[in-house]
Formats: sequence, structure tokens, C-alpha cells
Amino acid sequence: MIPAIGLVVGLVVGIVLHPDVPLSLQPYLPIAVIAALDAVFGAVRAVLDGIFDDKVFVVSFLSNVVVAALIVYLGDQLGVGSQLSTGVVVVLGVRIFSNVAAIRRHLFHA
Amino acid sequence: MSSDETPPVGPEPDPKADDEVDAKPDPTTGHEFDAEPTTPHAPEDDQVRTGWSRLWRAARPRLTRANGYITVLAALLGFAMVAQVQETRSSGLENLRQEDLVALLDGVNQQSLKLSKEADRLTRTKSQLETSGGDEAALKAATERLRTLGILAGTLPATGPGIRITIGDPKHVVKPSDVLNAVEELRDAGAEAIQLNSVRIVADSYFGTAGGDRLMADGTSVGAPYVITAIGDPHTMSTAMAIPGGVVESLKQMGAKPSVKSAARVDVTALRAASTPRYAQPSSS
Repeated sequence: MIPAIGLVVGLVVGIVLHPDVPLSLQPYLPIAVIAALDAVFGAVRAVLDGIFDDKVFVVSFLSNVVVAALIVYLGDQLGVGSQLSTGVVVVLGVRIFSNVAAIRRHLFHA
Repeated sequence: MSSDETPPVGPEPDPKADDEVDAKPDPTTGHEFDAEPTTPHAPEDDQVRTGWSRLWRAARPRLTRANGYITVLAALLGFAMVAQVQETRSSGLENLRQEDLVALLDGVNQQSLKLSKEADRLTRTKSQLETSGGDEAALKAATERLRTLGILAGTLPATGPGIRITIGDPKHVVKPSDVLNAVEELRDAGAEAIQLNSVRIVADSYFGTAGGDRLMADGTSVGAPYVITAIGDPHTMSTAMAIPGGVVESLKQMGAKPSVKSAARVDVTALRAASTPRYAQPSSS
């Protein structure tokens, strides 16, 4: 409940402050957001599986974000940034879908 | 989020046991919201209840350090999402990659180069039209156009490099379709003016037979040997004639005697009266 409120607070703050994303962060932020979403859905699934662990969540959230940004950075340095970020988005998208499917099965049995 | 305090349960734990765990005050977390009653679930499907009750238990507000971290992370995620969404909405080119931008710039440059060339040309034409008193230049342009169209329509004689195809036909085997094939092949190869014996071949020319096996082109009887004169690139046209299975080879197989000669200068002298189209009208667009 509190994390959900935190999410809403973050959204509201973002809307109100209307921040400018620093130029150096611009290629990485979208990927980082997708990676964080993956961690969040993974956490919800873990809750439903009964294996949720706070520490694991925090670590996986941060490492997801950092690794995703790192991959994109590496890709940019190697000249395949756009392809690699597409790849990362695809992989994370697949994971999000499978997590959502697991959540759905837990909650609705469908 | 209480599963770290309770031992991990199997995929389908006994719902009763679940409730017991729920009702117990959490010894490790020591939070203030334990008084909140667990939601009474309607006695539905056990499995459904398990999923929702887990979710509900996890959703209960607790003030632990981990929960605080998670909340901060969630707030960051929300903030980042909104920032990214607004960034994407507001900026057109800013978040494109360098190589995309370079490609874009290149395309725009090329387009602008093309457009400025066209603008130059139009400006020149305009100044010509203005300086030469208008009429003269306009007349010149119109005359030029008339000549081009005259050659295409067959109302003007033409001369230039080309080929001459002579088809001897001792056995009377050449059919109108063979001549048509030859003419089509020449058109494909870029012939600009074509003459068959004394008949100018243009866009609406036709071939047939006139009484017996005599060939007819545009209503005029044509006799062997058939001489096709075409103006265009001699090399391209003679190559087109000589391709395996092409015009020359098939004529030879039938028993005719075709010969192709390239020349630096051939004359297409036959003329054809311009005909007014009966149905097609020039449209103003």
C-alpha cells in the first residue's frame, strides 16, 4: 500500500515539477524505466507466489536499472546502441508479459 | 510482503492456515497497523481467495525500513516515468541518436540542394522570359516542344544514329505479329522514331494483312523485303535484336532472312498526318 502511494506521489511530483531529463541521461532513462517496471511486476508475482523478499526486491530493482542502462551505454559506445536498446526492450517486455500472465493466473485463475 | 516473515508457503496453502497467519500480530516487524482487520473474504473458490488474500496481506501498510526503501524506489519510478513521458511528448529531435540525426540532416541537405537547383532553373527561365521580351523565348520554347512532339507523333522527319533491319522474306512466312514484335523490341530498347518501308510507325500504328498474305501497316500495303529503320542508341537496339530467342533468331528459324546494320546516321523520312483524337480531350490540370 505504501509503495503504491509512493508511486502515485512520484507521478504527481513529476507532473507538477515537469522536470527536464538531463541530456546525458536521455538514452538510458526509458530503458531504466522499463527495467524498473520489470522488477515491479516480478515483485508482484513473487508476492503471489509467496516468495517475496524486500531485500531481493530492492537489489533486483536497482541492478535491473543499472544493468539495463549499462547495456545501452555499452551499445552506444560500440555503435549498436539503438539495436541493443531494442533488444533490451524486447527481452524486458517478454519478461513483463510472462510475469503479468503469472499474476493473472494467481488472481483470476484464467 | 509478509512472506519474508512467514515461511514460504506452497503454491496452494490451506486457506485456514493463511488466515491464522494473518490474524497473528507480526512479531518481527512491530508495526502500528496491526489492529486493522483482515478483509473478510466471501467464501469463494479457495484458490482465488489465496491469491487475493496474499495480495491484500502484502498491501497492508507497515512501517519497516525495507518498506521505506521500496516506497522510495516506487516514487522514483513514478517520477522517472512521468519525466520520460513528458520528455518524449515535448521534444521532437532532442532524444534522437546521433546517427539518426546525421542521417536526417543528410536527407534534408540533399533535398534542399535539389530544391535550390530547381529554384535556380526556374529563376533562369523566368529571367529569360522577362529579358527577351517574353514572346521570343516563349516562342523558342514552344517551337522546341513542337519539334519534340512532332518527332514522337511522326509529323516531322527525323535523323540521327540508329539501326536498319532488313527482313528478306522469300518464303512468305513473316506475319504481322513478327513485325509487331520487332517494333515492340525496338521501343523497349529506346527507339525514338521508327519507319517500316514507307510507313512511319508511331504510338497508334497497327499491323495486319491486306488480301492474301500481304502485310499491311496503318492501312498501307507493305511488301518484302521489309526495312525497319529506327533512330536511337544503335548498340542498345542491335543488342536487343540479337538476344537469344529474340527477334532475329525467331525470324531466322521461320525461314526469313533478317539482317541488322548499325549506322551513325539513319533517316526516318516517312511522315504521318497528325490525327485529332475523337474522345480524349486535353485536361486542364
